[in-house]
Amino acid sequence: MAKRFGFRKLKKTAFIIATTAFSLISFFNLSSQNEPEVQDEEVSFCLSCHGEETYEISDTVTGEYAKLKMFKELQIDLLKFRQSTHGEFKCTDCHSADFEEFPHPLSAKAEASYLCLDCHGDDEAYASFHFETIEEEYLKSVHATEEGDDFSCWNCHNPHAYKLSDKTPGQLGNRIAENNSVCLDCHGNVNSYYSLIGREKTDLIKSHDWLPNQPLHFSRVRCIDCHAATHDSILVAHMVLPAEDAVKNCVECHSTNSILWGSLYKHQAMTTRNELGFYNGMITNEAYIIGANRNYYLNVISIVIFILVIIGIAIHATLRYIYRHKRNAK
Amino acid sequence: MPNKRIYLYPVWIRLWHTINAILMVLLILSGLSMQYSNPDYPLIRFDLAVKMHNISGILLTVFFLYFLLAIIFNWAGKYYRMPLKEFGDHIFKQVKYYTVGIFRGDKPPFPVNEQRKFNPIQLLSYNAIQFLAIPLVIITGWALLFPETIVLDFFGYSGILLTSLLHVSMGFIISIFLIIHLYFITVGHSVTANLKSIVTGYHEVEEEDTLAARTPESNTTLDKNNKTHTKNPKT
Repeated sequence: MAKRFGFRKLKKTAFIIATTAFSLISFFNLSSQNEPEVQDEEVSFCLSCHGEETYEISDTVTGEYAKLKMFKELQIDLLKFRQSTHGEFKCTDCHSADFEEFPHPLSAKAEASYLCLDCHGDDEAYASFHFETIEEEYLKSVHATEEGDDFSCWNCHNPHAYKLSDKTPGQLGNRIAENNSVCLDCHGNVNSYYSLIGREKTDLIKSHDWLPNQPLHFSRVRCIDCHAATHDSILVAHMVLPAEDAVKNCVECHSTNSILWGSLYKHQAMTTRNELGFYNGMITNEAYIIGANRNYYLNVISIVIFILVIIGIAIHATLRYIYRHKRNAK
Repeated sequence: MPNKRIYLYPVWIRLWHTINAILMVLLILSGLSMQYSNPDYPLIRFDLAVKMHNISGILLTVFFLYFLLAIIFNWAGKYYRMPLKEFGDHIFKQVKYYTVGIFRGDKPPFPVNEQRKFNPIQLLSYNAIQFLAIPLVIITGWALLFPETIVLDFFGYSGILLTSLLHVSMGFIISIFLIIHLYFITVGHSVTANLKSIVTGYHEVEEEDTLAARTPESNTTLDKNNKTHTKNPKT
């Protein structure tokens, strides 16, 4: 017990030192504020609670401590955060400075979070991402129309871990798995789905039982490839459709004009050219889609062989007929 | 004119041949529908083609195994043995017959008899199809039915893609074989003679072509399934 008390005391002292140091740095607005070590210090300070499974809180009046669970939604993985697109930021770049108070005041918690367009809207530097179109498409999606303000960018994109997907060859499988895990966080989790939607989630295996080779489809295609409408100017479709409007016609993917060229393989389609004479050759190294991948040369060779065989048979049959006729005439 | 008929195609082989022919047609049509799927002009609707192809493929495997067991237990394997010696020369003779002799009305160099169902070209093509193309198409077909068994990456290329290319190529070769095979129905003593043979089991031959006429002493070694029946000449 005494040992535990000592640890608490040590932690309290560390907390006071860290808070004082942080306040001093903020107060003097030192030129070193943008340097990574200062950011690290602030982030590390916040993550001393938000990076843990539990945290301790003290009553300022009685001095009593309580150990509480840090909810999963509020936990941040430092490594994932540092590797993420926004990993260079410090916490108060996006969150209110009021969060520097501990325990956090309710007013800070009630503040609305920044959304993508709050930073990226009308910004030439990010023009190629077409954030405005993404928002337009999102607003037409079933997530926005059905859930309204209960749903935002952050329901799918974790701001503390989000990074652009790895589009290098060989990473397709990982890209699909990562993308689908976003959907499955809610649609594959009874509790998450119920807490957001308020009803029991659909049995995904059952609702997709019409798909031949279901596990293969699940691992080689993203949910959004069938469940979201594509848009020419954005790379990833954001207009998620109601379930009944999802693609259910096999040939929409399994044909040379497969819709997957405008969705899952859009990046490859834009950046690589057909190789080895394959129709849709950009995907031949990573996938095979019946009816969509066809080799031009093999097609030509097979048609030529087929025609030659038919011509050969026709000539042979005609000659047999003519010679037999002549023989009979003799 | 043929004056004798020999029982060459027992019931088990005619049954297998008929079922195999039906399955092949279904597999080729459904395979073409999937490979060249077109939303505007579907030969067979894609999902139906997938089901049809899968079921027919499974049945083809069952009947292929039946064929293998049947030729082993009926000792019919002898018909498929290719003589290594002079086989090239035999092939040349048969090619010469099909390209020249058949028009002149020459006698076939390797007529059918009780011990020889197939001429050298038939022997080569049937062996290639039955023991190479069909097993390959079956193995690759089952692999595509359970794609998780296929290596994902084979020297930088999708294992599924390569398996599929092999499957489709074998399918194409079998289709070409089928077309030529159908044409060769007409290359008998009469246009319909071969068709009648595979339906009734009896093949019409000329007396002098039979084994009995050529080597009377070998009558004793005839396969017990090969019954011979003399047919009265019509004229």
